Amino acid sequence: MKLTLKVWRQADPQAKGRFETFSVNANEHMSFLEMFDVLNEELLAEKKEPIAFDHDCREGICGACSMVINGQAHGPLGGTTTCQLHMRHFKDGDIIVVEPFRASAFPVIKDLVVDRSSFDRIIQAGGFISVNTGQAPDGNAIPVERDKAGAAFDAAACIGCGACVAACPNASAMLFTAAKVSHLALLPQGQIERKTRVKNMVNQMDIEGFGKCSNTYACEAECPKEISVDYIARMNREYFAAVIAGE
Amino acid sequence: MNWMVPFLKSSLGRKLIMSLTGLFLCLFLVVHLAGNFQLLKSDGGEAFNTYTYFMTHNPLIKLISYFTYFFILLHTFQGLVLYFHNRSARGAAYLDKHPSKTTFASRNMALLGSVIFLFLIVHMGDFWFKMKRGILAKVSYEGYDQIDDLYTRVTAAFDQWWIVLFYVAGMGFLGFHLQHGFQSAFQSLGLNHPKYTPWIKNTGIVFCILISAGFAIIPIIQYFSK
Ligand code: HEM
Ligand code: SF4
Ligand code: FES
Repeated sequence: MKLTLKVWRQADPQAKGRFETFSVNANEHMSFLEMFDVLNEELLAEKKEPIAFDHDCREGICGACSMVINGQAHGPLGGTTTCQLHMRHFKDGDIIVVEPFRASAFPVIKDLVVDRSSFDRIIQAGGFISVNTGQAPDGNAIPVERDKAGAAFDAAACIGCGACVAACPNASAMLFTAAKVSHLALLPQGQIERKTRVKNMVNQMDIEGFGKCSNTYACEAECPKEISVDYIARMNREYFAAVIAGE
Repeated sequence: MNWMVPFLKSSLGRKLIMSLTGLFLCLFLVVHLAGNFQLLKSDGGEAFNTYTYFMTHNPLIKLISYFTYFFILLHTFQGLVLYFHNRSARGAAYLDKHPSKTTFASRNMALLGSVIFLFLIVHMGDFWFKMKRGILAKVSYEGYDQIDDLYTRVTAAFDQWWIVLFYVAGMGFLGFHLQHGFQSAFQSLGLNHPKYTPWIKNTGIVFCILISAGFAIIPIIQYFSK
């Protein structure tokens, strides 16, 4: 299949950046990233600068493969990362627009690669629990209610990819932060830091310059792990309880 | 109290202010609409004018009205602060704007709200301010001596098709604002529940239709029954 790609090119964080058009021969079994690999091989053969894009696991679990394809974070297929999106979801002759995630808190480093260390700093602010070092504890030593375990697991499915920020008209990081806060708040292991965690993570989210949620729910629609906005309401409850009712 | 200012300036604190003031204004709309329906009584305006007198002279209601003015200004100020924060957080726009699964209202709350604010200025200037300056004609009923005849001013206004159009259009903007706003306020407050959230969402739809249609029907009826 013959495709036309309009790809954002930007040499470095300060450069202005512009769209560049490429044609590429792909086959429908390739993933979207493999299609980029083919294009980059051709560019290298022509001694041209290859297109920089982020990737790591290529199996939908690391959250690295950030890009906006035809206006949608991780492309048109719901519940899927870019690395798991296959070219059979496109047609011969398609024009595909590929842009980096856009948010002030995710500055472009090069081409499609953005700096998402703001997410790391939100995690550092509170996305952890205290445990004793030593032998690995017995997995079933602490009983967890079944429904809570399920809800915590659904929240833990967040891979920190940033698609929620990219899709949100306000570039808000509420879905990501809410998933991380909820995951630990629902489990007995997360109780020790429960109040300080939500306060510090929300505070860091604000410091990083993410937008404020308007409840448009664009995040939920484009999240590759289909994290529910119910967790945002849960985080709001946790935050109000910690700040207003906490000592 | 040193936790209060940072809290109210945090993203969730600002959202709390938006949702609480927004829900208060929803309650205010219900009371306002119930009062307005007295315009439809065919008693020459007695019910409406004596009700207006009560609403402007009862000390408790006066106090609540000052809260209402304050909450409108706070909601507007906070809404605009959020809008500008959010615009700078987004930074560059996408070239390809995919039609997203979000509602028109949810994406345009600040625009809808700003139109409502302009509407409120014109609306207050036309009725409330004229009454405050004491330039309305006076009328007397049993037990009421020389009170403001707001009824005549309102019905005269609604004899003009363009004023009727202005009010009906204003209620259209309000309807969209409430379509998103009502249920959104509960999510902001963290009041989300698998059993009750569907009810809140349905109530929001019924509420936005009843409120905007309820306000809009009055000038329309008055126009056609002059
Ligand atoms: C009687 C008039 C009004 C009522 C009943 C009302 C009600 C509401 C409600 C219930 C919300 C939802 C709050 C939330 O999501 O937590 C809201 C949001 C909002 N309102 Fe209003 N509002 C009114 C007037 C205004 C005005 C005059 C403005 C002026 C700009 C405005 C701007 C906004 C904005 C920007 C939001 C969205 C905030 C966000 O989620 O980012 N509203 N309104
Ligand atoms: S909530 Fe979803 S979209 Fe956001 S970072 Fe987590 S996995 Fe990605
Ligand atoms: S490369 Fe790891 S999720 Fe796509």
